[in-house]
Amino acid sequence: IYLFTYFFFLLLYIAFMLFIVFDNAGQFFSSGHTNNWAVLVCTSRFWFNYRHVANTLSVYRSVKRLGIPDSHIVLMLADDMACNHRNPKPATVFSHKNMELNVYGDDVEVDYRGYEVTVENFLRVLTGRLPPSTPRSKRLLSDDRSNILIYLTGHGGNGFLKFQDSEEISNVELADAFEQMWQKRRYNELLFIIDTCQGASMYERFYSPNLMALASSQVGEDSLSHQPDLAIGVHLMDRYTFYLLEFLEDIHPASKTNMNDLFKVCPKSQCVSTPGHRTDLFLRDPGSVLITDFFGSVRKVEITMETINLTDPINPVNGELQIRKYSYVDQLPVSEIIHQKPKQKDWHPPDGFILGLWTLILLVFFKLYGMKHLKHIF
Amino acid sequence: FDTSAPETVDPSSVPQPKDDFQEELVIRPLHSGDIYASFQFRTVWETDFMRGNKVSHYRLFPKSLGQVISKFSVRELHISFTQGYWRTMQWGQPFQPSPPGAELWVWFQDSAECKVYAAGCVDGTWKELTNVLSGIFCASLNFIDSTNTVQPSASFKPLGIGNETDHRFLRYATLPREIVCTENLTPWKKLLPCGSKAGLAVLLKSEKLFHSSFHSQAVHIRPVCQDWQCKTTSWELRQTLNVVFDLHNSAQGKREWSLFKMFSRTLTEACPLASSSKIYIDITDNPQGEQFEVSPATPLLSQAVVLGDRRTFSVYDLTQQITFGTVRSLNLLIRWKSSEGDMLRPLLHAERYVAGYGLQTGEIHTLMYNNHPYRSFPVLLLDSVPWYLRLYIHTLTVTSKGKDNKPSYIHYQPSKDRLRPHLLEMLVQLPPNSVTEVTVQFERALLKWTEYTPDPNHGFYVGSSVISSLVPSIVAMDTNSTRERPLFSSFFPCKEESSYFVRVYTEPLLVNLPTPDFSMPYNVICLTCTVVAVGYGSLYNLLTRSFQIEEPSPGLAKRIANIIRKMRGVPPL
Repeated sequence: IYLFTYFFFLLLYIAFMLFIVFDNAGQFFSSGHTNNWAVLVCTSRFWFNYRHVANTLSVYRSVKRLGIPDSHIVLMLADDMACNHRNPKPATVFSHKNMELNVYGDDVEVDYRGYEVTVENFLRVLTGRLPPSTPRSKRLLSDDRSNILIYLTGHGGNGFLKFQDSEEISNVELADAFEQMWQKRRYNELLFIIDTCQGASMYERFYSPNLMALASSQVGEDSLSHQPDLAIGVHLMDRYTFYLLEFLEDIHPASKTNMNDLFKVCPKSQCVSTPGHRTDLFLRDPGSVLITDFFGSVRKVEITMETINLTDPINPVNGELQIRKYSYVDQLPVSEIIHQKPKQKDWHPPDGFILGLWTLILLVFFKLYGMKHLKHIF
Repeated sequence: FDTSAPETVDPSSVPQPKDDFQEELVIRPLHSGDIYASFQFRTVWETDFMRGNKVSHYRLFPKSLGQVISKFSVRELHISFTQGYWRTMQWGQPFQPSPPGAELWVWFQDSAECKVYAAGCVDGTWKELTNVLSGIFCASLNFIDSTNTVQPSASFKPLGIGNETDHRFLRYATLPREIVCTENLTPWKKLLPCGSKAGLAVLLKSEKLFHSSFHSQAVHIRPVCQDWQCKTTSWELRQTLNVVFDLHNSAQGKREWSLFKMFSRTLTEACPLASSSKIYIDITDNPQGEQFEVSPATPLLSQAVVLGDRRTFSVYDLTQQITFGTVRSLNLLIRWKSSEGDMLRPLLHAERYVAGYGLQTGEIHTLMYNNHPYRSFPVLLLDSVPWYLRLYIHTLTVTSKGKDNKPSYIHYQPSKDRLRPHLLEMLVQLPPNSVTEVTVQFERALLKWTEYTPDPNHGFYVGSSVISSLVPSIVAMDTNSTRERPLFSSFFPCKEESSYFVRVYTEPLLVNLPTPDFSMPYNVICLTCTVVAVGYGSLYNLLTRSFQIEEPSPGLAKRIANIIRKMRGVPPL
């Protein structure tokens, strides 16, 4: 009878283990995405908008820490704060006062910077309609199994976001850009976070499926900045992103926190404004969406035991030795320069040629038709 | 599981890529108390990118640059990113000069696909090259287009070997507004074979490098001679980084410099892939050790002729374990004892400024100083001015010591609006101990309102002038290019012993163009008030104004008489 109970418990144990294994495998493939991308945009110029650059860089830092590589991040910063001449500590951008956390770091790659951050470039990056000579690091090469995180920050209003103090993008344009992305199947799921004044107005016009949006304030409310640093002299971060960074610092690549926790970030008591979110277009339940689905990166690793034969490397053919002797060029050959032949100019007819030609034509005309017509001219 | 050993390839059948990597750091204390550090990383590779079969096996040479060379048929590429302006009078001459902002100049090959007659071909390749480089270096090099590219006719001869120099294959562009920050240093460091993990590159920490008076990083690719016979060529990649640390910013006013103070790191090992890894400290001004003291002491000394002068250096060889001592780390310390002595006065330096007032016209003045007491030498001045400053070339004057100095060669290409900039190249002979002034007047153009940058009131930049010259040297220069020399002395090729080639950059100019008022409320108020006043006011007048006949008012005497009559009760006049 001991044997029977032993076998029974063994079977139960095996069934339990199999269940766990299948559950983990199920989790591995449940979200349906195979790669992660992030587009992080700061749209403000000038030194007093330091906090917008710090916002974007703190999200960049979290996203990199959780696994998305630089090749999958398109970072757009409209102005340079780190090496700005007004920065008392060059090559740093701080997010906490007393200069505790340098979000700029030592390993940062900014893809679009300065004057390149325009509405046109932003929409071209999203929709993929870039000129053919654009390098890979400036492209969003996502496909239909990509989860994309889009983060925007800057100055905004009811229905628009200001780019560099000279142009704006409206919520209708943004919704249309996402629809273009959906029709070209450029994303699997998209998370849109915006930290501006009246940020919720930017997502009210979305109509494409599988979009989830978060904003730092409702329509009619301003998003406030967190704290100034007296040594640097400007406000360092916005409240919403400050608490978002604090929340993300606790996330590690294997954590299981889901979107419902993200919606609770920065309640009214901390943020003064009311953060909003929109999930009606999203197909899955937000409670089942992990933070790392958007902020982290999926690494599909397949272990194989088979040997792979590599082809032989291409042997460069050693050509025959050149007979002539090379030499270095004279850097300032004065005599050669002075006696240089002038460049080929465009050929012009000699001076006065056109005038002479017209005089000839007039003379011939008056000779043929008589001098009486001459008085009509003069 | 199966543990079969992988197939071994016969080593004799695979040709070993013959590449070599050297790194060096030169530290030169300056008389103002600042310190100048110059890093050079050089990879030489005996290969041919231009041959038909593609190069596929990269070892020390970075693959991204190798692909750029072969795809765009590049013969030479020089790109530099600089923050700050090099102060020649206080700091002397740099080992590798560079202008503020970004500068890119490229010599293309005459390849089968791109014959020079198809002039647009080189331009098309140039545009694609700038886009690819903007992705590699995370810089806005894609702003280089025909409006800031020039084709110099006599300056910027190739620094590598070659037999023909047809200037139709040369393109030069600068972006004086380009900002240099960590995002440019990160990809630059990733091009090094050891990255920033070992060797001298561990010292390159951005928080210290950008907190300096001058920071310049550059990449130079050129073909060089492989050996003294010079029948075959190798490709050379030099990555240089020049930085000048300020006495008050980085050293808190104390004249005591160490590697830790400058870079917040010390050295623990050389790059294992490097064939030579050395540090040179310039002790020429300190022959008996009375000015400053260098520790730890080293027995190795070396002399080199660089920039026309024979300099003595203390050498620290990082490939020798003994350099690191018992603490296994090297932290060089340079402590000043006295602060007398003056530095060698640089023979050539230049300044440039904008004169004039108002937003319509101005004048560009370029001053070139020849500080040699009795020798004169020729300089080649290259000026590239954007099209929106319309130069009046008939007002160009070149004066030395008050007298007119006629240049022996002038090449001027006028600008075309929105298409190409002005290009002015002149060969001027500078008389000894004099100042030569080049002035030209210009007029500022009004741009279309979409052409203004988002911050137009900052001003618009005009790139630095380039002055190339053969300056007489104090000691005989070494013309034997194949002898083993430190990297800093072999940057510019030397053909004659009595002079050396130097390139000086002037300051970039910042000019204000007439800028419209982009502030919306002001415009709206003005427009609305004008419309209301003119439109509505006229309409109201038209509808409601009626004309009445009125008698002219009487004179003063009559008016007084009328008042008296009224008082008397008599009818007025």
